[in-house]
Amino acid sequence: MDLSIFIQTVTSGVLLGGLYGLIALGMTLIFGVMRIINLAHGEFLMIGMYVSYILFTKFGVDPYVSIVVSVPLLFVIGIAIQRFLLMPLIKAKAPGENQILMTAGIGLVLTNAALLIFSPNYFTVLTTYSNATASIGKISVSLPLLWDFLICFGITGILYLFIMKTDTGCSIRAVAQNIDSARLMGINIDRIMIITFGVGAALVGAAGTLLMPIFYVFPAIGELFTLKAFIVTVLGGMGSALGALVGGVTLGVVEQMGATYISMALKDALGFVIFVLVLIFRPSGLVGKSRF
Amino acid sequence: MTKWNDILKNRHLPAVLLALIALVLPLVLRNEYYLHLAILILLWTALGASWNLLGGYTGQVSFGHSVFFGMGAYVSLLLHTKLGVSLWMGLLYAGIAASLIAIPIGWICFRLRGPYFSLSILAFSEVLRLIVLHWKEVTEGAVGILLINSIVDSKVSFYYLMLIVTAIILLVVNFVVKRKLGFYFIAIRDDEEAAEALGIYTTRYKIYSLMISAFFTGVMGSLFANYTSYIDPYIVFSVGDVAIAMVLVVVLGGIGTFWGPLVGAICVVMVNEGSRLMFANASVLIYGALVVIVILFLPKGVVGSLKQYTGKWFHA
Repeated sequence: MDLSIFIQTVTSGVLLGGLYGLIALGMTLIFGVMRIINLAHGEFLMIGMYVSYILFTKFGVDPYVSIVVSVPLLFVIGIAIQRFLLMPLIKAKAPGENQILMTAGIGLVLTNAALLIFSPNYFTVLTTYSNATASIGKISVSLPLLWDFLICFGITGILYLFIMKTDTGCSIRAVAQNIDSARLMGINIDRIMIITFGVGAALVGAAGTLLMPIFYVFPAIGELFTLKAFIVTVLGGMGSALGALVGGVTLGVVEQMGATYISMALKDALGFVIFVLVLIFRPSGLVGKSRF
Repeated sequence: MTKWNDILKNRHLPAVLLALIALVLPLVLRNEYYLHLAILILLWTALGASWNLLGGYTGQVSFGHSVFFGMGAYVSLLLHTKLGVSLWMGLLYAGIAASLIAIPIGWICFRLRGPYFSLSILAFSEVLRLIVLHWKEVTEGAVGILLINSIVDSKVSFYYLMLIVTAIILLVVNFVVKRKLGFYFIAIRDDEEAAEALGIYTTRYKIYSLMISAFFTGVMGSLFANYTSYIDPYIVFSVGDVAIAMVLVVVLGGIGTFWGPLVGAICVVMVNEGSRLMFANASVLIYGALVVIVILFLPKGVVGSLKQYTGKWFHA
């Protein structure tokens, strides 16, 4: 086995995994507080990608700069969805599957709206640095992917500080731990849920923008990434932010290993194999039950 | 006069009337398209009823029933095209295969509860889709399987076949939930810890429920394959078009109710076809928006909401 190929594979797996981690971070945050899986998660990612695409082609804005547009936009969309579509279900004490179906319906609407607006074509943004690489010895690393990885870590750090150090973050943790006690402590549960959904959507919007320089966008891209985000969330342990990163890197490395050593076609299947193994042997996830 | 009143008050009256209507329907509906809609409604009613046994009565909401649907479709068509097994036996084998695969899936997924379970089973649907997609020597991969001769040759006879199978599924589900087994299921749904404390092996009974549900879903998968005469991994293992649609049918109709799947199936098929006729390009968009609206305003489903007014007609 050629060592440099191995190191190359692991490196790109880890870098890609950082991005997977950021995509799953929003899902795991929403799950931790609301106890629902957001099936429209990949569609939020798609919105973030199209925002970068439009800003780049129409106004020549650098994809990395467009993050200042996509994050607030997704935050507002997330807040609106939670406030007007999911909140009434919680108020009506509808069972959890109704909320999951609601997010699936939202995803359907977003995908088909994108289909009408943008056509089913694949779009990419081609920047001067899209194909830039850095070489260390025999290992070459895609520069946009490296920057993505570093920015992902930065965003995760900011989220960590937000969750651990601010009052709102403290309330979010309290709601995630025990919703009834949190309510008795005088926390406005509705407000926390709205903020959490907004933050979760904003995180995946940022991930979409970061993904744009290295990937292509099309209306049905959401389903693929919703599934990946779900696998990562389960791998890491649902509701755990650290777990999202660990799970993301695990999935990234496993996929790249599969693509290098087994076959390109089966790399997605390997993700599911890991998923099933974790379910059998460590149902609480790789990191365990600790939250944040 | 009193006898007439007894008949009117009989709680089986709606079911009997409906069965009679269903029997004469092909004589009235000469139009092929309307017959097609009726077959679709029966298909979704049966799928909804099978899902309802697990999701509605046992409380285990599955977002991955496409794994059993696809398994049934592939088993029956592969047995027929490769080994020449008759399609009628294929219906049975499809159910048995789906039931068997439900055992390991249940064993793994029932370690999880609530939303964790709902979605872990979805992963198995994807795994099986990928296997079918890449195991080309046996399954033909993405090319799919074309069926030359269907199980019955005319649309009307297919309607009656579908009607019989759907009626059997509805009756069996109703039979099961009215017996000891069904009470075990309902006990697990209402309070799993309490059920376990009372001596019910919850995991074992959840797997029984999954097996029955998977059996019927597999049979319907096989019937679907016969109806469309062509299957590929993207159609029968589709999470959105099969697995989530099954949940949708039951949630719209009324989860955990006898009439829920039928009402839900009528709503879903009508809305789907209606939006396709009226808004050609934006049809799925409108369909999605209607789903959102119905879930928003009828949290208990159509039957669940009606039940509050006319309790006796919609007995569970």
